[in-house]
Amino acid sequence: MVSTALSSNVAAAFAPMSARRLLVFGGIALVVCGMLFGDIFAVFVLHQNGGRTGETLLAAAQAAAAQDSTRVRDAFAGIGGLLEDRGTKVDTHVHMTDAGYLALLLALVQPYVALPSQRRKRLAQLFLTGSVMLPVGIFLIHYVGLAYSPFPVIGWASILADAGGAVLIIALLFEAWGLWLYLRGTRTPDAETEIPRENSSAARALLTGGTVLVLLGFLYGAWYSAVDLYGHEAQETSILTKLADAAAANNTQGMNESINQFGGLAAARAVSIAAHSHIIEFGLLAILLSFIQPYVYLSDVWKRRWVKVLLGGSVILPVFVLAELKFGLVAGGIADFGGFLVIVALVGMLVGVLRYSGRLDSATGARS
Amino acid sequence: MSRSGKLLIIGGVALAAFGMLYGLHYAVFIEHQTLDGMGLNLTEAFVHSAERQLPEAHKSVTAYAITKFNYVRQVDVHSHWIGLAMLMIVLGVIFDRVGFSDKVRFWLAVLLLLGSVIFPLGVILQTANHGLVPSALAVVGSAMVIISLAAIAFGFAWHSTPGA
Repeated sequence: MVSTALSSNVAAAFAPMSARRLLVFGGIALVVCGMLFGDIFAVFVLHQNGGRTGETLLAAAQAAAAQDSTRVRDAFAGIGGLLEDRGTKVDTHVHMTDAGYLALLLALVQPYVALPSQRRKRLAQLFLTGSVMLPVGIFLIHYVGLAYSPFPVIGWASILADAGGAVLIIALLFEAWGLWLYLRGTRTPDAETEIPRENSSAARALLTGGTVLVLLGFLYGAWYSAVDLYGHEAQETSILTKLADAAAANNTQGMNESINQFGGLAAARAVSIAAHSHIIEFGLLAILLSFIQPYVYLSDVWKRRWVKVLLGGSVILPVFVLAELKFGLVAGGIADFGGFLVIVALVGMLVGVLRYSGRLDSATGARS
Repeated sequence: MSRSGKLLIIGGVALAAFGMLYGLHYAVFIEHQTLDGMGLNLTEAFVHSAERQLPEAHKSVTAYAITKFNYVRQVDVHSHWIGLAMLMIVLGVIFDRVGFSDKVRFWLAVLLLLGSVIFPLGVILQTANHGLVPSALAVVGSAMVIISLAAIAFGFAWHSTPGA
């Protein structure tokens, strides 16, 4: 049985093309796109990029052993390009997903933004525009470079990304102003109503499960920074020093050992940071999704299924990302599958919200 | 809305805006230069190695390590301030569902807000001062966040329990 009744009160809280509806749809779409991008990046770019970085570092060391400074500089220019390629793709994934979270968050606080509805809607449009400009700009940085740029170190893609960031800040400052007005006692006649509270098992599981995921992520992050962070930083300096020494001594075996150690260290750092950030982000996502459950027009059974899939994927991805160090690509594949589960659950919920809004609009049209 | 909810929402919005302004300033004025500096240090290390000048090569590796130490913390501060701010805003909206008294909820909100400010502040101060104080601030701040989150998770579960 479909659990969400369509009262006029609930309908008012999700009016067609209202700020909240734009932010809910835009937010889920941004999170889905960001995660899909992240999954594609993990499967097709991440490992290949890491392998090429190791090979190029070895080439730099071999060039140093051959006393060829020009080839050393060429190799490091190549490493810079590889790191920029990787870094901009990670940042695209992170910024698109986080902008989606922020959009869902803004949808939640709309009743407390004491601004006229038209202005709230414009702000939502502005926010979503910035949310697209920022990650697209970041993604293009590697490909556009400094072409036709009037600045010595900042290219047009960086300018697009920074402009997107500025648009987001402006939209958020106005939202904060609306919140401030509300807290000072200002009320608008066309204010959005509060999201109806749903005490279903799906909403409760998302709320409690999400908070526990965030807590686990923080505990792991604290453990990592206390136990591994400084050690990893010292190891990197030590490995690079040994590599430079081995290159100067033309010691091929020493260079290969250092490159292998460097690759292992880079992998250990990457999986630790990825596990920490993903479990926290999935926790936050689960908490945010608990609020929109009243708008997911699906049967209770299907709502619970999507929640299980989402929470399951949210645990599988970080756990198997960590297991990659021990079990290699098999664990990496399972981690990617966990990410895919989260995407599937999100799309399932988005379909529920689309069904809800379609039914709401048709009911409103029939009444008018 | 309860005063604890208001505190978390206002604190969260202020922290998010501050974190974003910091990120924008960092991206425009510092990040590119820092990344270029890291690349240059590492290149110089191996150029010196090619020239068999090992003391200079070691100095360049050390310079790279120092720049990277700062870079990691500068990026971490941006992401942690914004992440914690988002968490505070979300929790602020539903803070009345935490199954404790108003007074306990208020002090939990204060603990989470202070921890969210102090923890990244300690991390960024490590780039200016390698002494104990910044690290102690980061540890105390993260402990405050963890303790408050554990209590909030318990409070949600308590609230969800029938008859609680």
